[in-house]
Amino acid sequence: MTDVISTDAPALRHGLSAPDIKVRSYLQTVTHRLRHDPVTLFFLAVILIIALAAICAPWIAPFDPNKTGTLYRLKPIGFRGFILGTDELGRDMLSRLIYGARTSLVMGLTPVVLATVIGGTLGVTAGFHGGRVNMCIMRIVDVFYAFPSVLLAVAISGTMGGGIQNGLIALTLVFIPPLCRIAETTTTQVRSLDFVEAARASGASSASIIIHHVLANAAAPLFIYASSLISVAILLAAGLSFLGLGVEPPTADWGMMLSNLRQAIYVQPLVCALPGVAIFITSLSFNLVSDGLRQAMDVRA
Amino acid sequence: MTEDKSIVSAPFRPKLEAVRDEDPRDRGGNRQPLLIVNQLRKYFPIRGGIFNHRRGEVRAVDSVSFSVLKGETLGIVGESGCGKSTLARLLMHLIPCDTGEQIFDGEAVGELRGLSLRELRRNMQMVFQDSSSSLNPRLPVEQSIAYGPRVHGMARAEAKAVARDLLDKVGLRPELFGSRYPHELSGGQKQRINIARALALNPRMLILDEAVSALDKSVQAQVLNLLRYLKRHLNLTYVFISHDLSVVQYISDRVLVMYLGEVVEIGPVDAIYTAPKHPYTAALLRSRLNLNPAERLAEAPLSGDPPNPINPPSGCRFRTRCNFAEAVCADRSPALGEHTNRSAHRAACHMVHADSGHSLSGRAASVEGAHGQRN
Amino acid sequence: MASVTEPATPLVRVSDLTVRFVSRDATVQAVDGVSFDLMPGEVLCVIGESGSGKSVTLRALMQLLPPKRTRIGGAITFNGTDILALDERRMQRIRGSKIAMVFQEPMTALDPVYTIGDQIAETVIWHEGVSRAVARARALDLLKMVRIPSPERRLNNYPHELSGGLRQRAMIAVALSCHPQLLLADEPTTALDATVQIQVLILLRKLQQEIGMGVIFVTHDLGVAAQIADKVAVMYAGRIVEYGSVQDVLMQPRHPYTLGMLASTVDGQSRDRDISAIPGSPPDMRRVPPGCSFAPRCAAAIVACTAVAPAESSVGQGHMVRCIRAEEPGGASRRTMAGVS
Repeated sequence: MTDVISTDAPALRHGLSAPDIKVRSYLQTVTHRLRHDPVTLFFLAVILIIALAAICAPWIAPFDPNKTGTLYRLKPIGFRGFILGTDELGRDMLSRLIYGARTSLVMGLTPVVLATVIGGTLGVTAGFHGGRVNMCIMRIVDVFYAFPSVLLAVAISGTMGGGIQNGLIALTLVFIPPLCRIAETTTTQVRSLDFVEAARASGASSASIIIHHVLANAAAPLFIYASSLISVAILLAAGLSFLGLGVEPPTADWGMMLSNLRQAIYVQPLVCALPGVAIFITSLSFNLVSDGLRQAMDVRA
Repeated sequence: MTEDKSIVSAPFRPKLEAVRDEDPRDRGGNRQPLLIVNQLRKYFPIRGGIFNHRRGEVRAVDSVSFSVLKGETLGIVGESGCGKSTLARLLMHLIPCDTGEQIFDGEAVGELRGLSLRELRRNMQMVFQDSSSSLNPRLPVEQSIAYGPRVHGMARAEAKAVARDLLDKVGLRPELFGSRYPHELSGGQKQRINIARALALNPRMLILDEAVSALDKSVQAQVLNLLRYLKRHLNLTYVFISHDLSVVQYISDRVLVMYLGEVVEIGPVDAIYTAPKHPYTAALLRSRLNLNPAERLAEAPLSGDPPNPINPPSGCRFRTRCNFAEAVCADRSPALGEHTNRSAHRAACHMVHADSGHSLSGRAASVEGAHGQRN
Repeated sequence: MASVTEPATPLVRVSDLTVRFVSRDATVQAVDGVSFDLMPGEVLCVIGESGSGKSVTLRALMQLLPPKRTRIGGAITFNGTDILALDERRMQRIRGSKIAMVFQEPMTALDPVYTIGDQIAETVIWHEGVSRAVARARALDLLKMVRIPSPERRLNNYPHELSGGLRQRAMIAVALSCHPQLLLADEPTTALDATVQIQVLILLRKLQQEIGMGVIFVTHDLGVAAQIADKVAVMYAGRIVEYGSVQDVLMQPRHPYTLGMLASTVDGQSRDRDISAIPGSPPDMRRVPPGCSFAPRCAAAIVACTAVAPAESSVGQGHMVRCIRAEEPGGASRRTMAGVS
């Protein structure tokens, strides 16, 4: 029967070939787009370098980051082997920056990852079930949303006493509301689409529909938003440390370093600005990479 | 068997294949309609105000009853607001109905001793209108098709084989199209995938909700041919919902006309299209555009827009636009009449029933006749 | 309305119009050499499927295409004025007053936060500078002209308070508010029900005859063309493949695509046979093969068809076809009918 053959066959009758669409999987498409995006690739490399430096800190840091030396306080860049100078207690800036990367990356990534998991689950549940469940979850989330993130982080962290652990908890709580909201919005949108109805029509259970259909479609916006939150998290973590609510001395941390070096800015301005530069570069890199990922992961051609 | 064939095929479809006796899924026999729908009703509440209380309701589907016979294609036509899409979703149990019952091949659906929803879904599937959201954009089409069987317990490899076989059946080469994503396919190809997905569970009945409406005309023809082919070879029964009268005429055996949530006319396709009994059906058919420029219409057959389904007119809902409306039409809602017989042609109109109180009742065989009576 | 001696100056003259959309990924040749004339008071229907370039052609007439990405070639003349040479300011004077447009989806084409009366009045005030009172009176007249029931009440209605058919009439009223000479319609009845569609089409035809304006109506539905057109242009892959009076094109088509479209129209088809469908799908406009763009799907195609794009050839009084086999005795028509059905 002529109508059952493949639709591009008649074209071959006249020696013409049908337009050639290369069959690429989604992952291949994303990789292909990323490969042709120089800005994203560059900043991805920057992030990787920072991450590697943080991981290999014990091996690449030239000095012990906690070793003080009152003789060498606030020395400028390049002074006698201290490649980036020293801080107000005579510790090597470069080593402290490298070790500080560990803290900053942990304080930046962990809350976002935790908040994505928790907030995402809450949001998908609220979005999929709608009605009262949705109302309950989203109104509670809205209460947290009403506070500016910095104040909220400070308040929670301050109430629990300072320290890395409490700082992490505070940051996680701050990030759950926006991620929950994004998850809820996309889930609600996806839930009303035809293919979800078709899945229900084939007799699938709610769990199966969520896992196979809803999650895949809601995950992308969630992931992209989460990656843009990393840069914010790094800034917030630095802010907490700046206020003394984050890590405890003598652990190296960029925010705390900034805070301590504040008074010395007139003595060695360049050295004092270094932690700020580090925060800026890291935050910016995550921001731009997340942007690039968003463009690359767009499903429509 | 031959006796059944003659009943089935006379008077209007000499080439129709009767349902084969050997169909293992058949439980009720040839005379049993595949689907009986009784008094289906769905009102949507309109909420407003501070506490979201019920302010009114949209009477989307109002006491609709009909049967679908084995092996036939029942076309459902109506304009926007008539409730046909809601009806489709009620049949598939995608939305719960307020009242009403469904009987599938002799077994009540949803009852304790009858057919469970899960079993119903193996027998009845839906093909949606082609849209950007009819297929999951993140799954290769093969997996979209295989999802249904997997849900019902099939192993992954077997489901994939089923999916590939179906791709072949709908005219798409599995090697070429299996791993493509929906956005890489044209409208007609996506619709074929929709059909394949609906067939994956080996259903006996397909509900096609505006399945070809969004396609270009040339592609529409291809898909309609495919549907005819599949119906013959897979022993299917179709419920074909569309606003396009010509398509419904081509593909249906019987036609059901809906207006504002109610069934206004039902009967064999030729009878309805050549001699409609209900004024609305007649006006609808006259509104079709002719391809011959010499036969242009100078006057619109029906004026105005359909009234609000929130507060439909009392009695017969069509009376506000009907040329033959009289006092009795506002008082009493006309009944449709018994119509499980394959050749029954019924209309819910006071003019059709004798002794209804209408001045033209019983005397006019069709609306054209009624025009003659008036003049 | 046949005229024995046609007036000399056409209202619209399009000569060899080409439109290309350039972007990072690809260049799409949306319109590839379109030429036609429209006389005052004439209705031209441009028929085509998606991707044929019909909507792009329409928008080019009002310079509504995004300027950065679009490369337009050829000439468009309206009442003697070269449209493509006009700057944006002068174009704005013409839009709405001399040339008006009606769109497919009235809900998005009408501003939801203003009443119908306000929107009509705004157009009148902008183009003619009259007072608000005069503009409101004109709006009322227009609503009466498009046969909207209880027009005084409707003046103060918002678009969402009207049904689909009434909204479409309201949009027509907005378009006609300044008595344009040319009305462009982009599938205005596609989203409407059959009973409403026929009302709107008859209304448009009546208004067009009363006002005497030219209309270019883009659609994919041959029935619509049969109902209101004087002339028909069939577009495929950016080119006009057949052009002529509505009787010629619909009753005696000569191009295989037109023939295929008519044959595959589900209208009075015998139920026992399959519909003769045109195989394949419209071409990807990013990669147009050389030669006739319909050749890959054409049952009457020969090798010569794929070599060079066919030129316009005349097959009757004012009836043009782009097909090298159209002039054969018996025409490609018979061959195609045999091949397709």
